[in-house]
Amino acid sequence: MKLHPLDRKLLRDLWRLRGQVLAIGLVIASGVGLLVMSLTSLEALRDTSAAYYERYRFADVFAQVKRAPESLASRIAAIDGVQTVETRVVRSAVLDVGGFDEPVMGQLVSVPENGEPLLNRLALRAGRYPESGKPDEVVLSEPFALAHKLGPGDHLRAVMSGRWRNLVVVGVALSPEYVYTMGPGALMPDDLRYGVLWMGRETLQAAYDLDGAFNDVSASLLRGAKPEQVVDEMDRLLDRYGSHGAYVRADQASNWFLSNEIDQLETMARFLPSVFLAVAAFLTNMVVARLVAVERPEIGLLKAFGYGNAAIAWHYVKLVLVIGAVGTLLGWFFGYWLGLYSTTMYADFYRFPFLLFRPNVGPFLLAAGASVGAALLGAIGAVRRAAALSPAAAMQPPAPPLFRRNRLFLPRFFERLDQPTRIVLRQTSRWPLRSIVTSLGIAMSVAVLIVSMQWLDAIHRIVDVYFLQAQGQDVTVGLVEARSSAAVRELARMPGVLAVEPMRTVAAKLRSGPRVVRDAVQGVPAHQTLYRVYDAQGTALDLPPEGLVISTVLADRLAVRPGDTITVEVLEGRRPVLELPVAATFETYIGRPAYIDIDALNRAMHEPPSVTAVHLRVDPKFETRLYRELKQMPQVSAVNLRSAAVTTFNETMAKTMLIYVGFFIVFAATLACGVTYNAARIALAERARELATMRVLGFSRREVEYILIGEIGLLTFAALPLGAGIGWLLARWLVRAFQTELYRVPFVLEPSTFGWAILGGFLATLASVLLVRRRLDRLDLIAVLKTRE
Amino acid sequence: MAAPGTQRPVLRARDLGKVYRTGEVEVHALRGVDLELWPGEMVVLLGPSGSGKSTLLNILGGLDSATSGEAWFEDHDLTRQDDRDLTRYRREHVGFVFQFYNLISSLTALENVALVTEIATRPMEPEAALRLVGLGERLHHFPAQLSGGEQQRVAIARAIAKQPDVLLCDEPTGALDSQTGVLVLEAIERIHRELGTTTVLITHNAVIADMADRVLVLGDGRIQQERRNPQRRPARELAW
Repeated sequence: MKLHPLDRKLLRDLWRLRGQVLAIGLVIASGVGLLVMSLTSLEALRDTSAAYYERYRFADVFAQVKRAPESLASRIAAIDGVQTVETRVVRSAVLDVGGFDEPVMGQLVSVPENGEPLLNRLALRAGRYPESGKPDEVVLSEPFALAHKLGPGDHLRAVMSGRWRNLVVVGVALSPEYVYTMGPGALMPDDLRYGVLWMGRETLQAAYDLDGAFNDVSASLLRGAKPEQVVDEMDRLLDRYGSHGAYVRADQASNWFLSNEIDQLETMARFLPSVFLAVAAFLTNMVVARLVAVERPEIGLLKAFGYGNAAIAWHYVKLVLVIGAVGTLLGWFFGYWLGLYSTTMYADFYRFPFLLFRPNVGPFLLAAGASVGAALLGAIGAVRRAAALSPAAAMQPPAPPLFRRNRLFLPRFFERLDQPTRIVLRQTSRWPLRSIVTSLGIAMSVAVLIVSMQWLDAIHRIVDVYFLQAQGQDVTVGLVEARSSAAVRELARMPGVLAVEPMRTVAAKLRSGPRVVRDAVQGVPAHQTLYRVYDAQGTALDLPPEGLVISTVLADRLAVRPGDTITVEVLEGRRPVLELPVAATFETYIGRPAYIDIDALNRAMHEPPSVTAVHLRVDPKFETRLYRELKQMPQVSAVNLRSAAVTTFNETMAKTMLIYVGFFIVFAATLACGVTYNAARIALAERARELATMRVLGFSRREVEYILIGEIGLLTFAALPLGAGIGWLLARWLVRAFQTELYRVPFVLEPSTFGWAILGGFLATLASVLLVRRRLDRLDLIAVLKTRE
Repeated sequence: MAAPGTQRPVLRARDLGKVYRTGEVEVHALRGVDLELWPGEMVVLLGPSGSGKSTLLNILGGLDSATSGEAWFEDHDLTRQDDRDLTRYRREHVGFVFQFYNLISSLTALENVALVTEIATRPMEPEAALRLVGLGERLHHFPAQLSGGEQQRVAIARAIAKQPDVLLCDEPTGALDSQTGVLVLEAIERIHRELGTTTVLITHNAVIADMADRVLVLGDGRIQQERRNPQRRPARELAW
């Protein structure tokens, strides 16, 4: 096939400009890659969780009760809109897994004696369901089984109703209900210390004295049913059976975490790719404008030969399209790979039994359209100028640019500058828009670096405030149900226990006008020494003798301020309805806690002093003995170790957040290099003649480099603080956008983060300038001087 | 003008050769040129395109290296000097004027001259240099605000402001009409007269040869003819 000469020219131009084409391509690829990654993994997460929920019949409404008769099930099923009802027995228990000293908590969940559950089915990964009449058979949740290397045939023990039971594993499974498997009081899944065990219903009913009764119910709804109405109806039915209130899928813990994650991903998909695509548009504009300027005579010649404006415009549009295509293809490739990688990571983290990574063409087309569109938009001005030149004008050299004596700088100051410095300053101020945009490009890369690294500062701060400063306990022991404060004294006498502190948690509905929030009210001593009420600023708060101290998130949800009164409908014990004043609000990073003086709580409950959890400080020498004895205590339902919580928090962050931070750092570096390399190449192309002249006049290489590097350096110098400022603003904005009910990422920017980001921007500039400097050294003095501009 | 024999030459070349290789093609730009330039002399190099006159000038000016032979500035062998030495040689001893002016567009006339005087060892005042070429009134104009002839005169002022030992002009009137060209030649003539700078002027315009002390005609990489003008014609009398 014979190529049209113009197309051959196009190919040669592309080859000649390959460095710049690649630099722009990489920036476009970053934007496309991020967009494709975000959108495909967003889509995959949504598809996978939706399919998972559907296939394994994840329920729509949930409720826990103390004990309700089985006959209630048919009345729930009769509620308008309910499709299927499943009742279960669910209890937590202390487990003993061979070879693991620390206490392990288990959630025991009943499955029907015959056949599969109707709702919340298991995705069996190995083995089978427990057989009817074999009370010691259990199915383990897969993460837990993997963490302890347990499989069918292996044994473990559980304390059920105060007695150790030997259990045999017959299966390993995943469940849509436990996508995010988290123990009570934990912040992150800890597969070593928390697991789900599915057992025959009769076994659990017998163990917990729930014959002919259930303590957990879930229901699926008919299409079009109103979940809130069903919840109200269920509450009406379950109220007197000790219900803590029914709730919809959106409030189910595992699903709630998953939705939070998906929301964050969506924020990212909206924000970051746009930054890269905007910069790519600007770079394409710069390069194409320069190319057209250089090719004026050729354009004139082509027009003199009879090529029309459309043909010439199309020629340059093709150039832009090729650059856009290079970036898009690279971006597709990276984006697909990153999307698959991050989805696999999520699937692994959330334990989906399958993964639906079937990216639509949608995200790819959207990314391609956006990036090629951005590139074309960037080039449109230059191409129009090329097409608009008259042949005669095009073949003339362009008039030298008109400079004016500066008004920008103080004349006195300017008088004292040497000529090369004046050249740098005049060049920079002659095309202010271009200088500003170049500076802005570099600044954006610094800003992206700051935004990325801000997460590290934030995580560091969360760990520091939440785990290290606020929490003084080593172990928190959860009790099966509220116990008298004798339990505190009993724990205080155990081996190695140095200090104890009681806590009482009650489930409640908090109401203020029409606003209702289901939450726990935590009673702690007015002045805490172990588990401290800490605000985001790192101040410990003492509780007033009466009234609630609530997190600002909760205050916002209820639209209350200090001094207002909240109606607290306690969902346990005698179920009192309390009117409690809001004494104070405080900022938190995690959750939306509400605290009250434990004595005030007990008084309000009309109960003698009682506790649901005890915080302990422990002498490390006695840890193993303490754990062994805690496992023997039937009233203990949970044992949380602070050190383990910190470890899992950090590990989870390392697995998810830090990998993204790494990606962004690479992207930001690409951005900085793309901008500075192109700016330096264009500056070199435009100044080649003047720089060669200066070499002829007797300036050394280094003195000439000063002019080229000085210009980029000046723009970089302006860009670095600008980038720090933009980064600060973006980080603040992004922190707000990323706010979920679960987390408020603190807005923390350590000085070192600015330092690293600025260093990163500087190094990227330096690298590009050094690359271009090599070209400067090869300037052909004679050829440059002999040719006309 | 000093007479040959009483002084040492400023520049001399012995059997100077230059071969350009582009791909498989070899171009012999210079084939053994012998030459001496004396202090205060004005020499015109005449010859058609491709005769080697620019190559000779570039080697003498330290812009290019010879393939064979020697080129001496006073007692420095230019053919043995590295880039750093040649840069210093150009900086301290040589003034260049080119066909296409090569002014820095972002600097005013005065600043273009100051660009050179700032790095020279014994420069004259930039204003004085511009007055010498008749541009005392246009000190603060940028190149884009000057005519072609004016731009070339700024280039001449820039070349001589360092008070160079040699002034090398490559087709200084090539891009100008004859009237403007004469103005530029007058400027060169005045510099030569007042400063006594050894001046080499390349042209393919035979008329201009009349203003020289000596005329060297190049062809095919060799000096084919050398003649001495009994009387130099003033530039203002030239016309083409």
